[in-house]
Amino acid sequence: MASGSLKREKNYLGPSGTTVPPAQFWMLTVLGVVLLLGTWTLVATSGMMPRHFLPTPLDVFNRIYTLMFNPFAGHLYHEHLFASIGRFLMGWAIAVGVGIPLGLMMGWYRLLDEIVTPLFDAIRFVAPLAWVPLAALWFGTGIGGPLLIIFVGSFAPCLISAYRGARMVDKRFVEAGQTLGANTWQMMRHVFLPGAFPSIIAGLRVSAGLGWQSLVGSELIVVGAGLGYLMVQGQGNLSTTTVMAGMVGIGIVGFLIDVALRGAESSVKRRWGQQI
Amino acid sequence: MLNLTRQTRVTIATLTAVLALWWLATTGLGLIGKLRLPSPEDFVAAARQILTSGYAGATLWVQAFHSLGLVAKGFAVAILTGVPLGLLMGWSRRAEILLNPTFLILRPVPALAWIPLAIVWFGLGDTGKIFTIWLTAFVPSVINTFTGVRQVDPVLIAAARTQGASTAQVIRHVVIPGALPMIFTGLRLSLQASWTTLVAAELVGAFFGLGRVLNVAGQDIFPGMIMVGMAAVAVCGAATTWLLGQIERKVIAWRPAV
Repeated sequence: MASGSLKREKNYLGPSGTTVPPAQFWMLTVLGVVLLLGTWTLVATSGMMPRHFLPTPLDVFNRIYTLMFNPFAGHLYHEHLFASIGRFLMGWAIAVGVGIPLGLMMGWYRLLDEIVTPLFDAIRFVAPLAWVPLAALWFGTGIGGPLLIIFVGSFAPCLISAYRGARMVDKRFVEAGQTLGANTWQMMRHVFLPGAFPSIIAGLRVSAGLGWQSLVGSELIVVGAGLGYLMVQGQGNLSTTTVMAGMVGIGIVGFLIDVALRGAESSVKRRWGQQI
Repeated sequence: MLNLTRQTRVTIATLTAVLALWWLATTGLGLIGKLRLPSPEDFVAAARQILTSGYAGATLWVQAFHSLGLVAKGFAVAILTGVPLGLLMGWSRRAEILLNPTFLILRPVPALAWIPLAIVWFGLGDTGKIFTIWLTAFVPSVINTFTGVRQVDPVLIAAARTQGASTAQVIRHVVIPGALPMIFTGLRLSLQASWTTLVAAELVGAFFGLGRVLNVAGQDIFPGMIMVGMAAVAVCGAATTWLLGQIERKVIAWRPAV
């Protein structure tokens, strides 16, 4: 009875109220993948939609393979991919480099908090992509435009997570630091940064996701290389396979970024030994 | 003196300082060229122009309401499809396992990346925009509803069962109310993302809307109008977020304000 209710606790919902055995789990998972790809392939080959509007999954992977050896929109597939990743890393690094120190300082200096908060609130609601025309005005077609968009897109979570983390730092540690005569730099380095670290890591994951998304958006509109650009050119040529090839690359990189930061988050959780 | 809080006074001082600096840098001292940053006067003139005679084909009201309508429609479809699916996945472990791979594949692809595909499939009209907004809000709706259902206290479900509640009654009176806070969290997150998606979609190609205003202003090199467009996007984003917060407070009246 006791073990029965324990089992139910983990999986209390569902008509049977029991756990799903591993064999069935894998069967259903495989079935799920097969159903998705199968339905897609069936619809694509059935002629309900013209084939060039909805290619099959296989068409898309063939297209990626082709694009690796035949340049499209000026570059090979992996060149577009690396162009996007490089641009993302630069923009995100700026957002992290500005957002986290500023957030920590805001948690420490009340006046700074009071000055920055209304400005931050005023521009927070401007969708990152709405900066595109202004970015084009300021930077033309150079690297600055996309960087600004990525920065705007990923800045807010960096700032907010560092600020919240700094505010949650135990008062006793702050007072201990002050008693021991720490200067501002030492307070940031040895009290606020470690104290806020779990919160910051969680914020970094959110900000990286938003930054990658903003990068894709900016590439749809302003640049001459990258996966987003590849997709727009594909759209212009009504080449759905090329568009989907771009989506696959964007999805894989986005997934890898998330996995990496999720790993970092859980290892930090373990090391710090606390809930975030 | 006026009895203002410290934060209010600092806010007023900050905003005044920013406005003064803006004016000085543009009109006052002419440090930044008119084509780089519009002056406050340019901004007001552009706002007056779009409010009275219109810009990019219509007045600001028409453009803003067009965008608002698209977000509302896309959002409505996402809730109507996403919440039931999330309930199903939360309720049945088998449904979760079966559908999980699809979401694992869909989730890392940002909604923005669907824009070119939406244009190929639906053209530059409203359907493609509603489709991309639906995608933006759909995945978080499903995932948050699912998480919310799984977080419902099993004791409550057992208690309802003991009282003789049918499955439909358990879902209606225990599971849905229990999952609502998580559902609203998902909606709040996807609302801001929806505006980003919509602006991007309208920038890439549209006949109407705030993104269209931004696009035309960019092509005309009309910095004042670009700023007006950005401000309009911000106001719409803030207004819809506020509205959603009000709805949330009405719907989840039992929960203390966060």
